[in-house]
Amino acid sequence: MKKNTQTLKRGLARMLKGGVIMDVVTREHAKIAEEAGACAVMALERVPSDIRKDGGVARMSDPQLIKNIKKAVSIPVMAKVRIGHFVEAQVIESLGIDYIDESEVLTPADEKFHIDKAKFNIPFVCGATNLGEALRRISEGATMIRTKGEAGTGNVVEAVRHARTLFGEIEELKYGAEKTLKEYARQQRVPYELVKEVAETGKLPVVNFAAGGIATPADAALMMQLGLDGVFVGSGIFKASDPVKRGKAIVKAVTHFHEPEIIARVSENLGEAMESKEIKDLDTRYAERGW
Amino acid sequence: MVDEKITIGVLALQGAFFEHAQMLKHFNVEVREIRQKKDLKGIFGLIIPGGESTTMSILMKKQSFRDELIKIIKNGLPVFGTCAGAILLSKKIKGNKSSEGLSLMNIEIERNAYGGQLDSFEEDVVLNLNDEKKRFHAIFIRAPKIIDVSENVDVLSRNSRNEIIMAREKNMLVATFHPELTSGLAVHEYFIQMCGRFTQKP
Repeated sequence: MKKNTQTLKRGLARMLKGGVIMDVVTREHAKIAEEAGACAVMALERVPSDIRKDGGVARMSDPQLIKNIKKAVSIPVMAKVRIGHFVEAQVIESLGIDYIDESEVLTPADEKFHIDKAKFNIPFVCGATNLGEALRRISEGATMIRTKGEAGTGNVVEAVRHARTLFGEIEELKYGAEKTLKEYARQQRVPYELVKEVAETGKLPVVNFAAGGIATPADAALMMQLGLDGVFVGSGIFKASDPVKRGKAIVKAVTHFHEPEIIARVSENLGEAMESKEIKDLDTRYAERGW
Repeated sequence: MVDEKITIGVLALQGAFFEHAQMLKHFNVEVREIRQKKDLKGIFGLIIPGGESTTMSILMKKQSFRDELIKIIKNGLPVFGTCAGAILLSKKIKGNKSSEGLSLMNIEIERNAYGGQLDSFEEDVVLNLNDEKKRFHAIFIRAPKIIDVSENVDVLSRNSRNEIIMAREKNMLVATFHPELTSGLAVHEYFIQMCGRFTQKP
């Protein structure tokens, strides 16, 4: 019997496909998220829009909070650690939850190294703004990728940019000669075998979700139509005026992403979306953290 | 005689439906993603994939869709549930007062019976398919456990701990592992044989 293999780590992410992973800050939120149809929850102390507002150093959440959320739901639980903070990752792993997000939304702990994720038993998801970044994370051991987008803004434009950039780069590689692929692997500091696999299959070898700025059912369906496997919604649900209704609506929009009539129906009378921001007005762009 | 391909549906509400569809492409069948009642028309079999059973049951709540699913399966449509799909088919879920899903098969199942992701595992098992023993690599991800089956349910496989991991009751087949995540085709082949013998009522 084998445990903690790449197949199992990548496999759990496959079970999340076509689903919505929701940020929750309390047990009550977690229950609401589960009842709304979330396929997993991200347990954290503050949603990204509050992290933005509060400023200061954002760290992993209180282990007690994460344990309480884990007890409250039967769906998978994820938690965030700072980029490069491998001890936070060890701590979260010891809590027996299901996935770690090495996240740029928290303040990075290391300016040179991301976590050596292959050493861990628990699987990791990481953000990426382009293909090279995604492949570097995968070669470090990430078994799920998400766009970085720009968390806490309610503005989907950055997530769209990151998704289009990544898919565009994969398209270019598909027609690349061996020499081109080798050159790309060298430039991006990733194994040639990984680049070759992407060029041959035309996709990442791991599940790829959208994240960062998704606020409405239509935003979620947009990311699905662009070719992502599912969506993370951070501040978008519990910072909206009616989280239950919005949560359910986004879940339905992700399943029926190619049915505008259904997206229209679930978008009716949703109330106010979260408070949103123009990207140019931001003091800190989280997507620029990590490399 | 016209050799028409039969269509197999894969419930595509949430989860690893794409992976099942890829497996079916190895066989001479048409594959259709099922999201609404109208998609069910004319299928000869249905796969309910792994994913999150609570999510799928919520997305199945639309009464007309749920009722139609239950009706066609009761009428004999071959159905194969993996992991979450097995939970949705079972009549009894340990710890739950009511079944959250379709409640059709006479088995009792325990959700997340092994624990969280760190307790997920893979191992080689033996499947008893059509009186033939087949080795198969089984992948268990936050897997449920079949803890009880009634007399009319055939046990098709047990794992190294002697737990039931695959079972069949008439037109309903369940597995607690994920054949769609391996290259082994034996389980899908067995299910397609079930679908091939199904004759649709007019």
